[in-house]
Amino acid sequence: MYRLALKMLFGDHAKYLMLISGITFSTLLMAQGASLFCGIMSWTFATLRNSRAAIWVADPKVEQVNDTKPLRDTDVNRVRSVRNVAWAAPLFSSTIQARLLDGSFKLIQLVGIDATTFAGAPAKMLRGRLEDLRLPNTVIIDDLGVERLSEGRSRPIDVGDVFEINDREARIVGICRAYRSFFGGPYVYTTYDRAVQYAPTQRKMLSFILAAPQPGRDPHAVAHEIERETGLRAFTESEFIWSTMWWYVKNTGIPFNVGTLVLLGFIVGTVISGQTFYAFVHENTRNLGALKAMGASTWKLCSMLILQSLAVGFIGYGVGIGAVALLGNFLLGLGKVPFLLLWQIPVIVGVAVFFICAISAVLGILRIARLEPAIVFRG
Amino acid sequence: MVAPAPTHFTPSRAPLAVVLKGLDKSFGEGDSRTHVLKHTQFDARLGELLMLVGPSGCGKTTLLSILAGTLVADGGEINVLGYRLHEMKSGPITKFRSNHIGFIFQQFNLIPTLTVAENVSVPLLIQGVSVTKAEKKARELLAVVGIPEKADDRPVKLSGGQQQRVAIARALVHEPPLLVCDEPTSALDSENGQHVMEILRTIARQETRTVIVVTHDPRIYKFADRMAEMEDGRILRVLQSPAEIAAAHINF
Repeated sequence: MYRLALKMLFGDHAKYLMLISGITFSTLLMAQGASLFCGIMSWTFATLRNSRAAIWVADPKVEQVNDTKPLRDTDVNRVRSVRNVAWAAPLFSSTIQARLLDGSFKLIQLVGIDATTFAGAPAKMLRGRLEDLRLPNTVIIDDLGVERLSEGRSRPIDVGDVFEINDREARIVGICRAYRSFFGGPYVYTTYDRAVQYAPTQRKMLSFILAAPQPGRDPHAVAHEIERETGLRAFTESEFIWSTMWWYVKNTGIPFNVGTLVLLGFIVGTVISGQTFYAFVHENTRNLGALKAMGASTWKLCSMLILQSLAVGFIGYGVGIGAVALLGNFLLGLGKVPFLLLWQIPVIVGVAVFFICAISAVLGILRIARLEPAIVFRG
Repeated sequence: MVAPAPTHFTPSRAPLAVVLKGLDKSFGEGDSRTHVLKHTQFDARLGELLMLVGPSGCGKTTLLSILAGTLVADGGEINVLGYRLHEMKSGPITKFRSNHIGFIFQQFNLIPTLTVAENVSVPLLIQGVSVTKAEKKARELLAVVGIPEKADDRPVKLSGGQQQRVAIARALVHEPPLLVCDEPTSALDSENGQHVMEILRTIARQETRTVIVVTHDPRIYKFADRMAEMEDGRILRVLQSPAEIAAAHINF
């Protein structure tokens, strides 16, 4: 009977395609919306991912990595003096404008790292050497920087080329790979001392202090120790990531907008597949009544319906997730759209699709349960 | 094709297959309540083709639905093939239908997305028979009703007469002792209607089954062994032989 149930479903091409389209579209909307949200969120803490450190020390009022309140330079030594801190290094991070060869300006994310330890340096160099940052007026740009800072040039900007930051020369000595920043500007790395020269002068310039616990020490405990002894705020890397994301969740319309998209996907999927499934059952009322008259139990008919619903859900979900993966691959290839398809997204969307199928099946089951087999004798 | 029917048949001596006593059935509530069956008595014997005739709304289809176990009566006794349906719960009645009743519907009720053989095999699949065995039996039955070559076609490709033959094969595939037929010829032209009735009469006599046919169609009255005439929820009279039926000149 279950084989017949599937043949009844697949044989009705119009309804079948409508159901698959509904689930696919719904899966696409939900998974794409969620991936977009995760992508945007991952951009918010890109600085944390690019400058890896176990502990980040900031002003007590700082809540997220893109909104800094400068510290005093002497705070670095205060952190170094805390028990169980292996090392501490200054980090400058700020958005600033770079002047290109043709006179136009581009926003960049300037990061100044400690010239001695290179703590906070990019993890992967594509060209050039990190050590060359110790040469005068030198910077390392990321691969996005090659694209953005090449405007007005006959060829892409490369190692050895020069541009200006705040009327000062910046000579490129390396190209690195970096995660995209929330504000869209490329990452430009230099030494801390040079970064504070590039940036407009303020009374205090130190954005963060990167620190590491002694080997074998718990970063949470050491961060706690730093807070107690210095009065500054110390985050472990994961705490700072979550704190940054929550700040954006609470203070921007991003979750609402993306949440609306996901909710819309769920509603669209439920309405299309629920309505189509109900119509499918409605149009097959006489056939289902005939099956009931011939001795098929209500439970058997309901289980056939559940199988049909799950089959549609499984296929629609598979096509939808596949489409999201292809779309994501395409978007990531473009490199301009935030997109992060975490493994949890297909799982959660799968659960949502299961609920859509369950709701659709229940609508049909309610009709079958009320169906009198004698209906087949009515004209 | 169907084998020729035996020439000697005396249904009046055969045991009773269906006995309905004091059957009541009404629909609706309060002022709109309609009494469709009013203390109706009815019986049918093994090995006969009994026609149930009467004007529209007289309760024929309701009576057929109740004796087939697809509708519950308000009162009365329903004895079908030794089963006391009025004392049985819904689950056992469903099982009873799947094992003992073959249905032929006015609109055929073939599932359009299944092949003819798959449609015929449905009653066996409901009983839990394997797909292979069910389809093998279905093809045998399609040969019996004269359309073996249509086994792999979809019902939509078949004429009305062929579709009703498929419905007959489906009704017989699980070898039920009782066939209930609701207006089996109303959607067919005269020639196809005659063919279908020939098959049904042959089945009734050859297999010692009981075939009960609800109809309005005077063209097929000649196929009846007995005829029960209904009016206003009651059996008005029962014509006991083809000769009596022919003499009665019934027309609705």
